[in-house]
Amino acid sequence: MVTQASSPVVIEGVRKTFGSTVALDDVTFDVRAGELFGLVGPDGGGKTTLFRILTTLLVPDAGTATVLGRDVVRDLWEIRKRVGYMPGRFSLYPDLSVEENLRFFASVFGTTIEKGYDIIAPIYAQIEPFKHRRAGQLSGGMKQKLALSCALVHRPELLLLDEPTTGVDAVSRREFWDLLHDLQSSGLTIVVSTPYMDEADRCHRVALVQKGRVLAIDVPGAIGARFPRPLYAVHGVPRHATIEALRAFPHAASVHPFGDTLHYSDAREAHHPPQVIAEVTAWLTTRGIAEMTMSRIAPGIEDAFMALMGDEPGAPA
Amino acid sequence: MRTPERLHALAAFVVKELRHILRDRQTLVILLLLPLAQVVLFGFAIRTDVKDIRLAIVDAAPDDASLALRAHFTGNGRFRVVATAAMIEVIEPLFRRGQADVALVIAPGLARALADGTPAQLQLITDASNPNTGTTIQAYAGAVIGAWQIALPGARQGVVIEPQVRMRFNQSLESVNLFVPGLISLVLTLVTAQMTAISLSREKERGTLEILLVSPLRPWQIILGKVAPYLLLAFANVVTAMVAAWLVFQVPFRGSLALLLAASTLYALVGLALGVLIAARTNSQRTAMMGSMIGTMLPSTLLSGMIFPIASLPWPLQLISNIVPARWFIVIVRGIMLKGAGIVHLWQELLVLAVMLTVLLVVAIKSFRARLA
Repeated sequence: MVTQASSPVVIEGVRKTFGSTVALDDVTFDVRAGELFGLVGPDGGGKTTLFRILTTLLVPDAGTATVLGRDVVRDLWEIRKRVGYMPGRFSLYPDLSVEENLRFFASVFGTTIEKGYDIIAPIYAQIEPFKHRRAGQLSGGMKQKLALSCALVHRPELLLLDEPTTGVDAVSRREFWDLLHDLQSSGLTIVVSTPYMDEADRCHRVALVQKGRVLAIDVPGAIGARFPRPLYAVHGVPRHATIEALRAFPHAASVHPFGDTLHYSDAREAHHPPQVIAEVTAWLTTRGIAEMTMSRIAPGIEDAFMALMGDEPGAPA
Repeated sequence: MRTPERLHALAAFVVKELRHILRDRQTLVILLLLPLAQVVLFGFAIRTDVKDIRLAIVDAAPDDASLALRAHFTGNGRFRVVATAAMIEVIEPLFRRGQADVALVIAPGLARALADGTPAQLQLITDASNPNTGTTIQAYAGAVIGAWQIALPGARQGVVIEPQVRMRFNQSLESVNLFVPGLISLVLTLVTAQMTAISLSREKERGTLEILLVSPLRPWQIILGKVAPYLLLAFANVVTAMVAAWLVFQVPFRGSLALLLAASTLYALVGLALGVLIAARTNSQRTAMMGSMIGTMLPSTLLSGMIFPIASLPWPLQLISNIVPARWFIVIVRGIMLKGAGIVHLWQELLVLAVMLTVLLVVAIKSFRARLA
C-alpha cells in the first residue's frame, strides 16, 4: 500500500447533500500515483459531485479530501493550477476554432500551445489538420480530443475526466482509452468516470459507485470474483420465453440478460454445477424451450455490480 | 500566477469575448443599428409634442379684438381651425366624435372689455383623454394667447390675465430633445446589463464556466474580461445615438463631449455590474434575459423620467425611481446636451452613480463566487 502522503487523491469520509438528496455518503478511497483509476456506476450515482469536490468547485459537508497533497477547501488556488479537468459535457466554445479554443485555455492557465505542445501532441496532432474549423462543427470524437488537449495543455499533475466517452462512438471510445493508457504510461495520474461497465476493464483499479456510496474498490478482475455464487450463461430460443421460464424456476437467485445470453445464478450453494445445469435444462425443456445451451462462466465486473446493487438496502430486486 | 501572466490571461479572455461578439453577426448588427433605429423611431413616431392641432372656435360676437386673437391661432402653424361657431353647444359633438382637440371660447365684447379694462373672458377646453397631449396642447394654446397679448397696444397689456408658460432650454418644445438622453440610457442598459447577463449565463449553460472556475483565473479576471468588450460596444452606441440625433433631428449638443463619455462609462459600468449580478443569480439564458428585462429595462424606461416625468409618478414610484440608475443618468445627459451643464452642476448625480457602482460591484463580485453553488 502506498502511503497517503504520496497519493495524488485521498478522500476520507466525504459526504455531500443537496437539500434532502444525499449525493455522496461517507466516501473513502485514495488514488495511487501513476494509476489509471476508474469511477464506474450509473448516472446520478454521485460521480460528478465527487469530481466537483476534487476540482474545488464544491465543498464537502463532512470529511476531507486532498488533491496532490493539498486540501480541496483551503488550497483551492494551488490545486487549480496543477489539475486538468474535463467536465461531463465537453466544455468548448462552439463559435471559436479548434486552435482558438486551445490557445484560450492555454492562456487561462498561464501557458501557451507551444510550451505544452509535446504533451498534447499525440492527441492534438490528430485534430490539428482541422485547427481552423469551428469547434461546434467537430464530430463527437474530435470534440473529445480537443477537450482533452485543452485539459492537458498546462501539464497538469493529475487528470480528472468526468464521463469522457459518453455520447462518443465505439471506435472513438477505444481510441480514447488507448490515449489514456499512453498518458498514464508517461507518468500521469488519471481519474476517469464512466457509466459503461466494459470500460472498467481498461482501468488499473475501479471504484463501483452507486447512490452516493462506494460499493467496492479493486482491480477489475478481482471485482468480478466478488460475485458470491457460481454463474452460468444460458442461451435459449425464444429468448423472452427463456427469461420468463428461468425467473419462474424456484431456485433462481438472479437472472439478467447480457447481450444475447442470460446470466443465471442458483440460490442453492451446496449444489454442484453439473447438477444445476441438468436441473435447469430439464425445467426449461418442460417449459417448451427445446433449443438451449447452458455453461458455467466466470463472473465479470457487471455481474458483480448487479449483485452488489442488489445487496443495497432499498435497491430494486 | 505572476502579474504578467495574469494580464496575458485577461487579454486572452477579452480577445475571446470579442470573437464571440464579432462572430454572432446578427446580434452584432442589431446592437450596432439599435441606437440609430431607436432615435429615428422615437423621434418621428413616439413624440409627445403635437403638430396639426384641430381647433374649434366659439366667437358669439366677433369684433376687432377677437378677430385678432383668431388670426394669431390661424397664423400659427400648429393649429388648424376645424369649426367656427357662435354657439358653445357646437363643440360638444365635435369632441365626442374626436374631430377637435381643443376649443377656444371667446365671450362677447372682448374689444370693449380691453378698452374698458374690465376682465375679458377666454376659455380653453382641451380633449384630455390623453393627458400628455392634452397638457401639451393647453401649453401651446396658452402660448398663442400670450403672444397675442404681447402684441396688444402697450396700454392694454395686463388686462387679460393669462398664466404664461415658457419652456426653458427646450423653447421649441421638441420632445425629441428630451428623448435622446433617455434613448442613450436605454441602449446602454441593453448592451451592458442585458448582453452581459446573457453572455455570462450562456457560459453557465454550456458548462464552460465550470472550466473557467477550475482554472487559476480569479473572479475579477473573468468579470473584467467579460465586460470590457461590451464597454467598447457601449461607447460605439453612445456616439451613434448622438450623431443620429444631431443629423436627423438637429438635437443640440451644448456641453462637453468628454464629460458625456465619462458619465456614459460610469453608467455603462453600473449596467455591467447589474448584468453580472443577474447572471450570478440565474441559471439559464432565458431567466437571465427575463431578469434583466424586468430588473433593468422596465425601470429604465418607465421610472427614469424618460417617458413619464418623475413628478407625475405616484409617490411610492417616485421613491423607487431614486434607485434607478437611469433616472440620474438622464438628468446628467439632458444637462450636458441641452443646457451645456458642467461637472459643477452635475456632481451630485455623478456621485449617486458612483456610489451605486461601488455597491453593485461589491455585491456582484461577492455573488460571483469562485465555486459552484
